[in-house]
Amino acid sequence: MLWICLLFAILGVILGYAAFRFKVEGEPLVVEIEALLPQTQCGQCSFPGCKPYAEAIAQGKADINQCPPGGEVGVKALADLLGLDAKPLDESFGIEKEKKVAVIVEADCIGCTLCIQACPVDAILGAAKYMHTVIASECTGCDLCVEPCPVDCIVMSPIKPSVLNWQWPEPIQNRH
Amino acid sequence: MDLDGVIVFKGWNLKGGLNLEGHKDLSRQYSIINTAIPNELIYPLVDRSGNVQTALVKAGERVLKGQVIAGSKGVQGTLLHAASSGLVKENEWRMIAHPSGLKSECLIIATDGLDECCPVDEPVDYTQLSAADICEKVHQAGIVGLGGAGFPTAVKITPNNVRTIDTLIINGVECEPYITCDDRLMQQYPSEILLGIQVLLRALAIENCVIGIEEDMPEAIEAIQKAIECSGFNQIQVKVVPAVYPAGGERQLIYQLTGRETPNQGFPADVGVVCQNVGTVMAVYQAIVKGQVLIERVVTVTGMGINKPQNMWARIGTPIKDLVSQCGGYNGPIERLIMGGLMMGFSLPDDDVGITKATNCILVATSKEVTKSSEAEMQPCIRCGECALACPVNLLPQQIYWHSQGGAHQKCQSFGLFDCIECGCCDVVCPSHIPLVQYLRASKSKVFLKRREDEAAMLAKQRFERRDTRKAQEKVAQEQRIRLKKLALVKLQKESASSPVKMQDKS
Ligand code: SF4
Ligand code: SF4
Ligand code: SF4
Ligand code: SF4
Repeated sequence: MLWICLLFAILGVILGYAAFRFKVEGEPLVVEIEALLPQTQCGQCSFPGCKPYAEAIAQGKADINQCPPGGEVGVKALADLLGLDAKPLDESFGIEKEKKVAVIVEADCIGCTLCIQACPVDAILGAAKYMHTVIASECTGCDLCVEPCPVDCIVMSPIKPSVLNWQWPEPIQNRH
Repeated sequence: MDLDGVIVFKGWNLKGGLNLEGHKDLSRQYSIINTAIPNELIYPLVDRSGNVQTALVKAGERVLKGQVIAGSKGVQGTLLHAASSGLVKENEWRMIAHPSGLKSECLIIATDGLDECCPVDEPVDYTQLSAADICEKVHQAGIVGLGGAGFPTAVKITPNNVRTIDTLIINGVECEPYITCDDRLMQQYPSEILLGIQVLLRALAIENCVIGIEEDMPEAIEAIQKAIECSGFNQIQVKVVPAVYPAGGERQLIYQLTGRETPNQGFPADVGVVCQNVGTVMAVYQAIVKGQVLIERVVTVTGMGINKPQNMWARIGTPIKDLVSQCGGYNGPIERLIMGGLMMGFSLPDDDVGITKATNCILVATSKEVTKSSEAEMQPCIRCGECALACPVNLLPQQIYWHSQGGAHQKCQSFGLFDCIECGCCDVVCPSHIPLVQYLRASKSKVFLKRREDEAAMLAKQRFERRDTRKAQEKVAQEQRIRLKKLALVKLQKESASSPVKMQDKS
């Protein structure tokens, strides 16, 4: 047992060193593209996260209108960056929806940990056989935890307007 | 009036600003009255700047007057005290003093009418206190700026190594129409205010203090002047500033009194100044000299829509309706119920809202005083430039409005969006009735939202990447485990092949 522990420790060190030694500087264009993506990490663009999508765009393997959470504004920003014409969102990847957050109906949760494994941004807290909770401020609203839940206890609920997220509205425009 | 030793400014040396009708006579000549204990005290658990207050008492608990009931965390944390004794109810969602008119979670005390106090600190001689002691007591007393911004006072007066302070400025300029609470405080409590100033000077370890008072407050000027003569605190100077709106804006006042220009989006401390409002100084006096925590403040309840406009000592948390009823109730149809002043305040849809430490005025305005929403008659901008002439901070409101309308909120920033103090001067003068401030505020909101979203996205990205690395490591470890097991198995098989007897023994 002790040997295994030691081996893992050594492996860890090697891994760490490798990560440091063979670190490749991210391609600047990929970084710039990624900065414009919403980081919802939902995979709707058909890539396993925003970064892979950014890489695909940079390599010309994907179009700029595949990210529904980014919406029209996102497409426009990408078009500006890449010097392309803006175009409407490709609806085969999904449509732009109001942002929601996941809420676990705690009374129904059986503590199976499946949602934790599904969450791309570690926004769910919980341990096996104990009730799980979504950290609302960290949830990107990607929907990925809803499907795996065996007892359907996760609901996506709209973000409630509160004094904390309230914004001054623009004046109602009824000129002339 | 004897103006000896008082420095009077002949002119307004700032660009922009407006001469507004004061409407101060509605309330200024009456003494501040005490108010009855309301049945309920309502305390929002979030303040206007979005700081969350954590309740420190539970439902069903009996609290005493002056007891700490909630607090916010962090260096800029503040404390909230019960304004009277009573039972803590279950938290409720109530409308709060916020321009959104939204409900928010509130801590509510059902008062018992006994007004039973917490044991108070023995009053101490402030000249024996160290600067640190004073700051700590100011913090413990829950004092924040009572002029409207609500910034924690202890933070302002705690010495820091970065900036040296040489001047304390006391803001006695109530430039907004209708409001007279600071005027009354100076008329009625001049020596208390001077003592409060002494305490602050001691905390800041400086001598130099200037009180700025508006020229149309002769009684207040005289009262303070007399008090200075009697007390011998001669290092305190009174300077009279012209009645131009917004002379009481912090940066405007500092410039007017010292000629120093606070950098854009900087702090008064950057130019060696600490600025405190008269009401705050009074609260400091009460905390340090009298040992009382901040549970009440002076509120001007005024406007043509109220029967008896006047100033009142109101407990923090008192519902507006209780104050209104002690002013003889409403007088005819009301156009708008405004918290704060006519220019910088915001409308409330209801009068069942608790006042906060930042509430200086309740303005009950009739249709004679405020027009209905002017949006109906809004005309296109004719590029007359009136708004730019009126702007006290040298902005081009029409440009910012233009870009904000086009959704170019980032562009607005390069035109100084965040230097706008939301004074409303541009609005008032615009011949096309364009609600410029509202456009500017909406623009600020959008920029803030974008910043929040960007921050959240960055954190989400980091967590996603961490999870990726973790998964990769787990995978490597798993593979390693499998390989080791296989190796062990092969070894075992080899061993059993070479010594079958032993193997049998084992099994
Ligand atoms: S669809 Fe958009 S938000 Fe979702 S993973 Fe792809 S790039 Fe990220
Ligand atoms: S909690 Fe659910 S919806 Fe929210 S980020 Fe995680 S997987 Fe997505
Ligand atoms: S509201 Fe802003 S832009 Fe308008 S006059 Fe005041 S400071 Fe200038
Ligand atoms: S005052 Fe009104 S009409 Fe004149 S330039 Fe400014 S926004 Fe345009």
